[in-house]
Amino acid sequence: MHDGFHYALALALIPLLPLLGALLNGLLGRYTNVKVAGALATAAIAGSFVTALLIFLQFQNLPADARSLSFTYASWFHSGSLAVDWTLLLDPLSLLYALFVSGVATLIHLYSIGYMGQEPDFARYFAYLNLFCFAMLMLVLGGNYLVMFLGWEGVGLCSYLLIGFWFQDPAKASAGKKAFVVNRIGDFGFLLGLFLLFSQLGSLDFGGVTEGLKSFPVGHWLPTAAALLLFVGATGKSAQIPLYVWLPDAMAGPTPVSALIHAATMVTAGLYMIARSHVLFSLAPAALLTVAVVGAATALFAATIGLVQTDIKKVLAYSTVSQLGYMFLAMGVGAYTAGLFHVVTHAFFKALLFLGAGAVIHAMHHVYHQVHDHHRDPQDMRNMGGLRRHLPVTYWTFWVGTVAIAGFPPFAGFFSKDEILWKTFAGGHWALWATGLLAAGLTSFYMFRLLFLTFHGRYRGPEAEAAHFHENPLVMTLPLLILAGLAAIAGFWGLPHFLDFAHVGNRFAEFLAPVFHQGSDLALLHATAEHGNAGLEALLAALSIGVAALGLLEARRLYLGQPGLAAARAKRHPGLHRRLLNKWYVDEIYEALVVRPIAGLCDFCYKQVDGLVVEGVVNGLGRLCERAGAGLRPLQSGRLPQYLTAMALGLVALLLVVFTR
Amino acid sequence: MPELNHYLLLSVLLFGLGLTGVLVRRNVLIVLMCIELMLNSANLLLVAFSRQGGGLDGQAFAFFSMTVAAAEVALGLAIVVLLYRWHGSTSLEHLRLVPSQPEEGR
Repeated sequence: MHDGFHYALALALIPLLPLLGALLNGLLGRYTNVKVAGALATAAIAGSFVTALLIFLQFQNLPADARSLSFTYASWFHSGSLAVDWTLLLDPLSLLYALFVSGVATLIHLYSIGYMGQEPDFARYFAYLNLFCFAMLMLVLGGNYLVMFLGWEGVGLCSYLLIGFWFQDPAKASAGKKAFVVNRIGDFGFLLGLFLLFSQLGSLDFGGVTEGLKSFPVGHWLPTAAALLLFVGATGKSAQIPLYVWLPDAMAGPTPVSALIHAATMVTAGLYMIARSHVLFSLAPAALLTVAVVGAATALFAATIGLVQTDIKKVLAYSTVSQLGYMFLAMGVGAYTAGLFHVVTHAFFKALLFLGAGAVIHAMHHVYHQVHDHHRDPQDMRNMGGLRRHLPVTYWTFWVGTVAIAGFPPFAGFFSKDEILWKTFAGGHWALWATGLLAAGLTSFYMFRLLFLTFHGRYRGPEAEAAHFHENPLVMTLPLLILAGLAAIAGFWGLPHFLDFAHVGNRFAEFLAPVFHQGSDLALLHATAEHGNAGLEALLAALSIGVAALGLLEARRLYLGQPGLAAARAKRHPGLHRRLLNKWYVDEIYEALVVRPIAGLCDFCYKQVDGLVVEGVVNGLGRLCERAGAGLRPLQSGRLPQYLTAMALGLVALLLVVFTR
Repeated sequence: MPELNHYLLLSVLLFGLGLTGVLVRRNVLIVLMCIELMLNSANLLLVAFSRQGGGLDGQAFAFFSMTVAAAEVALGLAIVVLLYRWHGSTSLEHLRLVPSQPEEGR
């Protein structure tokens, strides 16, 4: 009890409410209709959000250094020296995640009621969605690495279930499988990291690990190895090179799922894990540098692929991979709060963009349904165009999201992305900063290309179809409006130094400061960035706005100004265009280098080892018995004379043996 | 006065006769009689050795043996009767105690 507020109970309610919702919908939901099931699921997660909000308000009364409360509810298991409890941890970091996860999830649940209105299997959908929220909230609230791992695996499972939600389509089912398998590769690294930590430090508690790490010097092999192994897990979950390949395919799931799991929440779990283990990472400069390089490389690489994709969701998927790269870049240069700030703003504008894309797809689908056309792809931007007039709310909210991600002030993306670039620059990582800046230009280009192709110009279908367009119902547009509002203003929560005229300070960083207090003693990298040169910071910000504007103008020239120009340019660089279109052939390379050899090995094991050796031994034993039986069977012929002869001969033989000895 | 060796020879002859009968005859009654012959050759040995040794144990034992043989014959004849009812003949020629070979493998 703290001031009459029951933290322990409130904290447990946050994950338990969605779990209850999942159970109710999973067991009873199909006896109701989509509205009841959806309202139940939405209410469950909204309850979590309200609870988190209450805790947040209550939290403000605590002094900053007391804002870390840990509650143990029960013992999970006890084995030798390993004792794991059901522990939840409440501190600014977990609260931040709980707030935006449950908040964005509430809006997406609400949106789903409209989007999945025609889906006969709605109960399963909402049960999975709530189950995902439970797992995600366990992940961020868990007080030790194992509870976190429980959530980590739980979100992976729900992601698999929801990507393959329409499992009747083999392509979608296999996309789910791909996500699961690739994530398992990452999880294997994560598990190895946990084993290493436990074997060396004897604890899996966040506090215990931090305590145990105190005796290690910076650069020691143990923190480096453990951090790198944990980072392997993060590359899987958060879609970084080399394990990002599952995320674009994950777009096979329903669009609200893409918005919730594959843009706003689950994919940021890797960043949460790194932020939670920041002491460990700060002790391992080599691992941090790896994180930064991988992040910057992913940011640029994914952005290049996003330039030419024609599927509206694929563009957003590569954009997500690219933005996650920025966040890892921030983590890698030790700017943990900047990375987390981008996590939050990205959750707002990327959820907004995905839900907007979903609204477009929903409307296109509706039109195609009206004209009985089931061959055209409602997700292909080449079939769209000019939707601005038909879907005004969707357009304007999408516009806000686009401007926010492209990095124009005063929208949220500008503040968070710029803070990352600034801290990278201030940390002395020139090459990484230049990579990030280039990726920012590409981001602006492909996002405006998406906006222009979808909403501007003329509708690229039969003219008569256009009359069938209707703006989506309020249940879908309301979340868009709320998210657009958040994407527009969230940036002011983390005001950069040079714009802080009223001296309110970077509220976001101040809120998280107690968490990173311990790490910042050790961190060597971002000390310079705290009070850098405000003039230089403003200059760099202007530079990145300039780059974004360049991307905007180029997209405008290519896709609005001169219609044939984009095609002509593609023709001028056929090799490059083909490579981009085929996603640098990464899937094919993985297929040839990893999948095929493993499939070959499995085939060998199956056909040779299992088929010939194992089955050979088993069948051989059976056949031996059968043969022996067949061989001995004539002895028991049932003919008495034969038995008698045998007896007599046996007697003679016995006598011979006895008497000739 | 016959000596021990004569008795032994007779016993061997009787046993051999019985064994040959058991092996070559096909009528189950004859086979049963031949078995009795072999049993009695053993009885003869018992008595012969008993007389040679001077004691009466062997002779007493021969009586037991004959009693058991009588019981055995009663049982054997009962089996023969049942065999005849079941099989329809007393010939061992076509008698199979195992019904028939099981079908060959799947």
